Amino acid sequence: MSKKTNVLPGFNLSLGYTLLYLSLIVLIPLSAAFIKTTELSLSEFWNIVTAPRVVASYKLTFGASLIGASINAVFGLLTAWVLVRYDFFGKKLIDAFVDLPFALPTAVAGIALTAVYAKNGWIGSILEPNGIHVAFTPLGVVIALTFIGLPFVVRTVQPVLEDLESETEEAAASLGANRWQTFYKVIFPALLPALMTGFALAFARAVGEYGSVIFIAGNMPMVSEITPLIIITKLEQYDYTGATAVAVVMLVISFLLLLMINGLQWWANRRNAEAI
Amino acid sequence: MSTISVTQHSRYQAKVARSRATSEPAWIRWVLIAIALAFLTLFLFIPLAAVFTEALRKGFDTYINALVDPDALSAIQLTLIAAAIALPLNLVFGVAAAWAIAKFDFKGKSILITLIDLPFAVSPVVAGLIYVLIFGLQGWFGEWLLDHDMKVIFAIPGIVLATVFVTFPFIARELIPLMQAQGKDEEEAALVLGASGWQILWRVTLPNIKWGLLYGMILTNARAMGEFGAVSVVSGHIRGMTNTMPLLVEILYNEYQYAAAFAVASLLALLALVTLALKTFVEWQAAKNAEETELAVMQS
Amino acid sequence: MYTKFSIKKWLVAIALASPLLSLAADISLLNVSYDPTRELYVEYNAAFAKHWKAKTGDNVTVKQSHGGSGKQARGVIDGLPADVVTLALSYDIDEIGAKAKLTPKDWQKRLPHNSSPYTSTIVLLVRKGNPKGIKDWNDLVKPGVSVITPNPKTSGGARWNYLAAYAYALKQNNNDDAKARAFVGKLFKNVPVLDSGARGSTTTFVERGIGDVFISWENEAFLAQKELGPDKFEIVVPSLSILAEPPVTMIDKVVDKRKTRAVAQAYLEYLYSEEGQEIAAKNYYRPTLDFVAKKYEKQFPAINLIKIDDVFGGWQKAQKIHFADGGVFDAIYQK
Repeated sequence: MSKKTNVLPGFNLSLGYTLLYLSLIVLIPLSAAFIKTTELSLSEFWNIVTAPRVVASYKLTFGASLIGASINAVFGLLTAWVLVRYDFFGKKLIDAFVDLPFALPTAVAGIALTAVYAKNGWIGSILEPNGIHVAFTPLGVVIALTFIGLPFVVRTVQPVLEDLESETEEAAASLGANRWQTFYKVIFPALLPALMTGFALAFARAVGEYGSVIFIAGNMPMVSEITPLIIITKLEQYDYTGATAVAVVMLVISFLLLLMINGLQWWANRRNAEAI
Repeated sequence: MSTISVTQHSRYQAKVARSRATSEPAWIRWVLIAIALAFLTLFLFIPLAAVFTEALRKGFDTYINALVDPDALSAIQLTLIAAAIALPLNLVFGVAAAWAIAKFDFKGKSILITLIDLPFAVSPVVAGLIYVLIFGLQGWFGEWLLDHDMKVIFAIPGIVLATVFVTFPFIARELIPLMQAQGKDEEEAALVLGASGWQILWRVTLPNIKWGLLYGMILTNARAMGEFGAVSVVSGHIRGMTNTMPLLVEILYNEYQYAAAFAVASLLALLALVTLALKTFVEWQAAKNAEETELAVMQS
Repeated sequence: MYTKFSIKKWLVAIALASPLLSLAADISLLNVSYDPTRELYVEYNAAFAKHWKAKTGDNVTVKQSHGGSGKQARGVIDGLPADVVTLALSYDIDEIGAKAKLTPKDWQKRLPHNSSPYTSTIVLLVRKGNPKGIKDWNDLVKPGVSVITPNPKTSGGARWNYLAAYAYALKQNNNDDAKARAFVGKLFKNVPVLDSGARGSTTTFVERGIGDVFISWENEAFLAQKELGPDKFEIVVPSLSILAEPPVTMIDKVVDKRKTRAVAQAYLEYLYSEEGQEIAAKNYYRPTLDFVAKKYEKQFPAINLIKIDDVFGGWQKAQKIHFADGGVFDAIYQK
């Protein structure tokens, strides 16, 4: 809006193209979902999206995503810490592998996790005799969602941790704080915005996940059926409006999650700017 | 530029000056490292190893045969086509969006950024569904497409569209913060020197963002080749025609051909490993570049 | 002069030959089918291509697509250009007509035997030695027995499974509907995994080692035994099962548009020929042609088979009462 910005050319072209492409690929197709649901009355819509089986799937999808993202928050923070602060053999390699869940197709992740955690798999054969069933239970859903969300917390926390000034830590130490107090009172608050952003990203990604989950979930109604699978199931029963109604609920939630994430990122950036 | 050099400088100092007061006892260090490694082993390395073990379980011949099967070759081809179309489309979009957002101020910018992010958070299943609602026979354009002998759903265009959708934000999201951080001084300087818009883009901006661009392309490519949910909804699963590699994995898996399923899966896993290697290389190059510029700045 | 003439001659030759060339055309058909027919149609497609080449000189390649029956029908409704569909049950083809108007209402009368060239039934597959001692449907509701079946909402085979169990319970309880409902309710309480298609369930039972008994298409059970070794699984024939009639038809709108009606028609009719029936029988589908059925009599166990029309009043009714949203099946999971 300042005069200086008007100097560079290409604003109309680039923004125009951005909006056109965004509309064609994303916005117009997504609006189709909303328009399709107008075939339903409000009460019909409400009945579909609050049917017991659908509600059970929300609980599983959001519950498992929350647990998966929480696991990633704890272990992702720890992994980021270890990768930034310590030196050990193979660290560079490990660092590169953190992004594997980004790069590995979800279907491959699905069959691999199922093979590992099923009764006759490497880990499953150890867990099953002890009464821990992973494959084909809600626990399997948690495992899959933890896998796909793994890089987010590590990758958001890592740069902040790298840029953290050691002076504040030294100051805290010289004021008599022990290591734990320094971490808890000085380091952790600085990491919190990034940690929460990573958590929210992992959560948002997990909520929509389909490929890796369907192989390992068992897909029992009311027990281990995720919301994206409900959409597929409704579609296969020729219930287009029902499928779309549930899809619209997911869309609205994704959008809200994104707004939250962008808010968090804005907060994190401001925190960082203040720190520097 | 200056802030970067300051932080890098202080980081160097920190490494030297890190005293006992600001680091943990050795045993805690090793416990933390052990926990992190155990976590990564459980979730990353074991599943990855399982893919290759299962793929080679019935021997190397079965493995190769699974990969040269006509259905597999056609799936590989289709996957490459989808990625080869989706990548340049999202590349052009990514540069345009980043240019508009990073170099200019306008109302509704943060909403625009959120909308660009939307495909990342939308379930792939929903992404497939919306294209069915539009291009399916019962959808908006279904009849019209049929009358004009055009196919979108259950054909290559549908698969490409679904792929474009799920990989939509990656390049843009990589470039926006990068170009914002770089500011527009260099571009404005070029403008003063009489360069045209395209010249600025080509000679000033693109060289500055090339590593970020490459990084985004690598992520886009990996995701494009691996997409399952969205493509599954619009594919129709016609063998030798509309099956991509991830779909073929599922089909083989359901045909008692576990070794073959894992063989194709291992190819995708290999691709993932190549992606990681490329990514690491790009990061390394970008870091080296940054250091060189910094050095030049310091010397001047 | 010579060259000029020769070009002319060539042109004439090409002009004369062109109708011939276009006659020996390359035709492709798309057969959209359900889950367990993959092996059957791989073999049948090759046989039909040979037959058609011998008869007309044309090359036919038949492309296949497989998945849960409902999912496949959904694809056709959304425009998957199937020349023919070969699905698990007639309801799914009815829906193609009802939802997309691609087939006439009376499609099932177009070919013999309700348009089902082969039939099958539902049997029980158990692990070697039958450790849980499963002999009949009532063994499946016992506590501690883990039962594998796909999801009736999406799988055609699973709907036949469900109806077979239901029919058994009706017979045991003098047609008491409430008791039959309670029976299938108890049965599904013993199901730990509901895959979306029959193949997914086979994988769960066979490869993942889950469950004590797998309610399965007869052909799928035989195939699992053959592919994975008879030393691992046994087939248990229940006292009563259902006559499953997987129907076939062509999609009129597609074949008219693609001008493949003749070959699509022939493709389906040839399923009823001796060779088609032999291939079906070899892939463990029960043939409908008398002398082929006789020949393979020993392969198929004698089972007391009920018909869906007799017990459930046809597919439309069964679908509405049992499998539609809010139907009997949904009620099982909503307690």
